[in-house]
Amino acid sequence: MRTIIAAAAILVLALLPVAAPWLQFVLTLAIAKGFAALGVAVLLRAGLISIGHAMFFAASAYGVAFLARAGINDLALLLILSVLAGALVGVVAGSFLVRYRAIFFAMLNLAVSMVFYALCAKLYGVTGGTDGMPVPVPAVFGVVLGEPAFKNVLFYLSLGLMVLVGLAVQRYLNSPLGHALSAVHTNEIRLEYLGIPVWAVLLIAYVVSAALAGLGGALAGFAIGRVVPDFAFWTASGHLVLIAVLGGIGGVPGAFIGALFLELLHSGAVTVTDSWNLIVGMTLIIVIMFMPQGIYGLFTRKEAASL
Amino acid sequence: MLNAIIPLLLDSLASAALIFFAAVGLTLVFSVLRVLNVAHGSLYSIGGYVAASICLFIASRQLNPYLSFAALLFSAVCVAAIFGPLIERGLVRWTYGKSEAVQILITFGLFLILEDLQRVIFGVQSFYEDAPMRLLGTTSIGGVVYLNYQILLVGMAFLVVIGLRLLINHTRLGRLITAVVTDREMAQSIGIDTNRIFILALSLGVFLAALGGALATPTSGIAPGLGADTMVLAFAVAAIGGLGQIEGAALASLIVGLARVLAIYLAPSLDAVAPYAAMLVVLLIRPYGLFGSVAARRI
Repeated sequence: MRTIIAAAAILVLALLPVAAPWLQFVLTLAIAKGFAALGVAVLLRAGLISIGHAMFFAASAYGVAFLARAGINDLALLLILSVLAGALVGVVAGSFLVRYRAIFFAMLNLAVSMVFYALCAKLYGVTGGTDGMPVPVPAVFGVVLGEPAFKNVLFYLSLGLMVLVGLAVQRYLNSPLGHALSAVHTNEIRLEYLGIPVWAVLLIAYVVSAALAGLGGALAGFAIGRVVPDFAFWTASGHLVLIAVLGGIGGVPGAFIGALFLELLHSGAVTVTDSWNLIVGMTLIIVIMFMPQGIYGLFTRKEAASL
Repeated sequence: MLNAIIPLLLDSLASAALIFFAAVGLTLVFSVLRVLNVAHGSLYSIGGYVAASICLFIASRQLNPYLSFAALLFSAVCVAAIFGPLIERGLVRWTYGKSEAVQILITFGLFLILEDLQRVIFGVQSFYEDAPMRLLGTTSIGGVVYLNYQILLVGMAFLVVIGLRLLINHTRLGRLITAVVTDREMAQSIGIDTNRIFILALSLGVFLAALGGALATPTSGIAPGLGADTMVLAFAVAAIGGLGQIEGAALASLIVGLARVLAIYLAPSLDAVAPYAAMLVVLLIRPYGLFGSVAARRI
């Protein structure tokens, strides 16, 4: 039953841009942010809140820009290499960050990401400073496409990746390794008694979440065509946590539902008012107060994980 | 050599004073309410907007320009009186005992709301009124001309440290606050009205933030985005000092101020990196901050 609903939802998503072409950009960006929020949600399972995951989002987007500048012009290669770059940053940062818990984990992630942000904004000669860097239209398997055609390919690629990567992450979360994350949240010491190395469980989760954020960043870079330091600003990280909690951290669909909801709310709100953050802030507070399991929690009968 | 060091030190002190106002309120609120208020930076900028508006009004009516000093203080009191109880009763009270993620997100929601409200009320143009700064004139120290206003800022920061010390150690309210910080349940069970303490503590935190914003406007003006920048800087300082440590926040402000000014002198392109780099280094060596400790937490 749930498979049918999911398939129907994806079919609707796939057909929406045919009916309303302006939605294509919005949906591509929503899926990209959904990946990053999914990364945040993986860590939230272990009770770790990262206000710094926009760094991995930005790192991969910058990765694409740098690789393109170096002459690499193939979509698949760019995606794989830039996600690897995001994951590599995740290994380095994660190896010392997973020692910390609660508010200290949040703060250190913030510190690392703000160093990254400030460097991107200030090293004008390397990153173009606040002007950012262009992300050119790449070739798709050797075929050079015009911009509209490429955006089509990008949307359906994102949609496909959402299904494939989503299933993979679902498997990971349902594996013993994934269940260990919730165990870290509820009783870390018991896990140690059982002989499970908590740091390894968390480091794997951290790298997975960095790679997911990186995938989202690379897709967003292609969709927007430019990467700027603001990708990594702390408010962007806050928005990613917001999306994860809005959707519901219980399962994979939550992150994408949250991202879709927020992007659609955004494009709806900007047509009436400039103050869309006002609406988002209020929505966030209401959701957290009255729906601790997020929007996805409304659709699941089983008790979903909540904060 | 001396000619280079004196202005450098004075610049660092003045820069540290402004950062301190933003950070000390955050750290105070955290130690009493155990909530990290992500909207703290917005209250700083609201203080600045209100102060600048009143100062501009004074200037436009050609009232006595010295009134603008009173305006700086008055605006901080107003912002604290309105937002302190409102935020505690309306929002933060609901998050006590919930996870950090909930607390951070609720106050992040408040941050988004306040940032947009400012945009709606004060517009997107920057506010600048330097009457208080011009009135005080300049002093020449070691052959370098220096703004008296910046010396006033440093003096005010010292007053805040001493005032908070006196409040906590030598008043009845201070003892009540200490009791609540040390053991919330015990304090409640012996009849301390913790709700009232929380409202007072948050209002005091808001007051310090708004005062910082008000005092900052004559030197640098105020523009959209200041709230977000201040928040993360206050966060860095509070973390370096050890969350909940007032003297720690003072020392951390000095470190960050010095780091920033040194960066401006030595590598201007890296001035924005300096505070966060300092935070990273300190937290990696001492994750609980300079004055923080793992088990016992004092105010």
